[in-house]
Amino acid sequence: MLFKLSLKNIRKSFKDYAIYFFTLILGVAIFYVFNAIESQTVLLNVTATTRDIITLMTNMLSGVSVFVSLILGFLIIYASRFLIKRRNKEFGIYLTLGMSKRKISTILFIETLFIGIISLFVGIFIGAILSQVMSLLVANMFEADMTKFTFIFSKSACIKTLLYFSIMYLIVMIFNVINISRCKLIDLINHSKKTEKVKLKNPILCIIIFIIAIIMLVYAYYKVTIDVESLSTPDKIFIPIILGCISTFLIFWSLSGLILKIVKSIKGLYYRGLNSFILKQISSKINTTVVSMTIICLMLFVTICVLSSSLSIKNSMSANLEELAPVDIALTKTRNITAEKAQEYGYNTAYIEDSFLPITDSLSKLDFDVSKYLKDMVTVHYYVDEALTVEKTLGSYYEETKKTLPFLTYNMPEEIVTVSEYNEVAKLYGNETFTLDEDEYIIIADYDSMIEVRNEALKRNTPITLLGKTYYPKYSECQNGFIAISSNHINAGIIIVPDSAVDDSLLERESLIANYKASDDTGRKNIEEVIINLANHPYISSTNLEASTKLSIYESSVGLGAMVTFIGLYLGIIFLISSAAILALKELSESTDNIDRYKMLRKLGVEERMLNKALFMQIFIFFIFPLILAIIHSIFGIEFCKFILETFGDKEMTKSITMTAIFLVVIYGGYFLITYYSSKNIIRNR
Amino acid sequence: MYMNILKIDKIEKYYGNKSSLTKAIDNISFSVDKGEFVAIMGASGSGKTTLLNSISTIDKVTSGHIYVEGEDITKLKGNELNAFRRDKLGFIFQDFNLLDTLTAYENIALSLSIKNVNYKEIDERIKKVAEELSIKHVLKKYPYQMSGGERQRVAAARAIITNPSIILADEPTGALDSKSSKMLLEKFNYLNQELDATILMVTHDAFTASYASRVIFIKDGKIFNEIIRGNDTRKAFFDKIIDVVTLLGGDLNDAL
Repeated sequence: MLFKLSLKNIRKSFKDYAIYFFTLILGVAIFYVFNAIESQTVLLNVTATTRDIITLMTNMLSGVSVFVSLILGFLIIYASRFLIKRRNKEFGIYLTLGMSKRKISTILFIETLFIGIISLFVGIFIGAILSQVMSLLVANMFEADMTKFTFIFSKSACIKTLLYFSIMYLIVMIFNVINISRCKLIDLINHSKKTEKVKLKNPILCIIIFIIAIIMLVYAYYKVTIDVESLSTPDKIFIPIILGCISTFLIFWSLSGLILKIVKSIKGLYYRGLNSFILKQISSKINTTVVSMTIICLMLFVTICVLSSSLSIKNSMSANLEELAPVDIALTKTRNITAEKAQEYGYNTAYIEDSFLPITDSLSKLDFDVSKYLKDMVTVHYYVDEALTVEKTLGSYYEETKKTLPFLTYNMPEEIVTVSEYNEVAKLYGNETFTLDEDEYIIIADYDSMIEVRNEALKRNTPITLLGKTYYPKYSECQNGFIAISSNHINAGIIIVPDSAVDDSLLERESLIANYKASDDTGRKNIEEVIINLANHPYISSTNLEASTKLSIYESSVGLGAMVTFIGLYLGIIFLISSAAILALKELSESTDNIDRYKMLRKLGVEERMLNKALFMQIFIFFIFPLILAIIHSIFGIEFCKFILETFGDKEMTKSITMTAIFLVVIYGGYFLITYYSSKNIIRNR
Repeated sequence: MYMNILKIDKIEKYYGNKSSLTKAIDNISFSVDKGEFVAIMGASGSGKTTLLNSISTIDKVTSGHIYVEGEDITKLKGNELNAFRRDKLGFIFQDFNLLDTLTAYENIALSLSIKNVNYKEIDERIKKVAEELSIKHVLKKYPYQMSGGERQRVAAARAIITNPSIILADEPTGALDSKSSKMLLEKFNYLNQELDATILMVTHDAFTASYASRVIFIKDGKIFNEIIRGNDTRKAFFDKIIDVVTLLGGDLNDAL
């Protein structure tokens, strides 16, 4: 009997449940897709490095999944509470008929069970299809060939999805039972009779609050963009964030009253068609939903920022590589390890002996034929004077910097390179070369934040002392350049001095930069294999030689980019779904209350077209309001993201913002349309 | 100008299917002239609300025709129905049916603004009608801040302001106390006599019906009797109505 009743209820209220179902299915599908990535990529033809990164990524994604399941869990509980509220009258009837609360709980239990089973089944089905598209995306991200297409169904992802969602549904069931056991019959029956009280806010207060909110917001925006340098420590960022949250709340609070006031004063507009009705509908609701509007707006803001910056990381990383890794390989080793150091780190004799050999000698001990594999070789020696630290090169500016940037390591010794060796590298890289007088030095850097600090010191003509001789800056600014190959702009500063300024006593490291002696990709890959295989040579334990190759930098940076992108996508989509679903559910539950109002308007003779337009406007404004504010926030938020991500170089975000816009339009717009059509259905049928 | 504002021609309304057929309205014909105030009386289930719903095009008749100012409204479809209600009818309901989110003024204005009347004229007309129905003091209030009688007069103002061909009132005093009822009905008389408004009112209350110029009694979907006030006083007319009600018998008695 109860079973039959539950089934009938689901069938009957299928339209009401549309949003709920849609959200559940979407949630299940996305959960499956992101957890199935590992299985999807098993057949991809990728290198070992990339494979490692994919494994790391799937591990991180499964960690994120726990967080995602928390969000989805809250969303489902929220949604089911809405649905129960809508059915208060029905439960009231059951109770008056003498049905026990336990039986009603059983009905709800069976319903949740059915909805759960159906949504899981459909969701995994859709997820399985979507994840095939996902494998294409993964292949594209990691630049692997998808030579043959095979349909893969991930059993582990499926089981994981089933497990996580079963737990969520179980919690929903418990919540439902608690809800039912707590409610009183009189409230259930009288639920629909509550009349809405329209509280009008004091317009002057609204204006004052609005202005205060705008000022707070502008200040927060200013802080994260123009004055971004002042956010030197992580805790300072909280001030603009908190200000942003509060002002968002206040704007929604005051705006509802303000807009009503303004439009009302334009009598010709207010008393045209159903305008007065639409406006009152919206403002009466905004009054009661300021908090949720704020949360939705902030969630949308986070979504937009996360999506657009994570999508751009991959692009910018690939773009940087050509510039920042212009040669195939850079071999580095620490030179001339002193006895004290050896003792401190416990190096053995062979290791110390090796450190006194140039790189080429170590390579021949590794049976690596330099002349056979490498060309365009340039050797660079790095010198270090323990006395010449960052603190010293900043000179008089140090005291000020220490206050604004307390986290910088000031006691680190600076790296020094002679001008002739640097010019060799610069020539090979196609960078600018320099000449120096006997008492001049230059700083080469490409890490923007550090450049700013150093430029100030250079402007003050800060002298440095090396082996008893004093040098002055040739330029009042850092010069652009780098030596080590990498995927990002991370050269915080290398001091270039005349050749005579240093001697072997200061030698710290040696670097050998070269290209592979090969004419095509296959040739380069073969040499790369030889390099990788050096790790198996017996002599490798006796040397501290390290190799960083263009190919490995490329793979790991592409991997890092892809990882950030996937996690960003995952979280972004879940956030987007959550906020859209909350809005949609709220709007739908309002529509039920609105049935009578629309019925009445129809009796007054309002045309269907006009009614639909009113409904559309009402829902549209409700959806667009938080979105507009979120977009305004995002303009500044993305600006800030760019600042944080500047080490990743590329600041071109048009493509990723376009992608974000597409996601927004499809998901948010989809929810809007479903809400509109469901609401239309609700006000038409009954 | 048609003398018959409303002409009802042999209408029938059936509910249910072939196996169990209910005749809510069984062959009813009558007409209402311009400036008449007609009350339709009947017990619960006699078909009087179905009749009103049919006239207001909220419900469709099974057979027969209803003419409003010569136009057969049973032939109207879709938006024509909405336009008809908007332009020709004024509604007053038992439970007022005011929009709770709008003030009295805005509620009244709505029935004009959906006809695209400009604001200046809306304002003038509301001021005039508010004067006539003594609701000037509540115009800025929301429905929940008003008494039942005030609400119903606001609803009456909303119904009359569009100058409809006919005002349909469904148990207008049903949710009012006797004092408010009396005041409302006096306003109905005022609208009827001074402004020449045509009113068709459904009620089961003899006192309410006694304000009309003609009362039609309905029983089991058929017209049972019809009495005209003529030159009688309201009190005398009330006694006449009571006589018919007694004759009707049944549960209408307990409506007294």
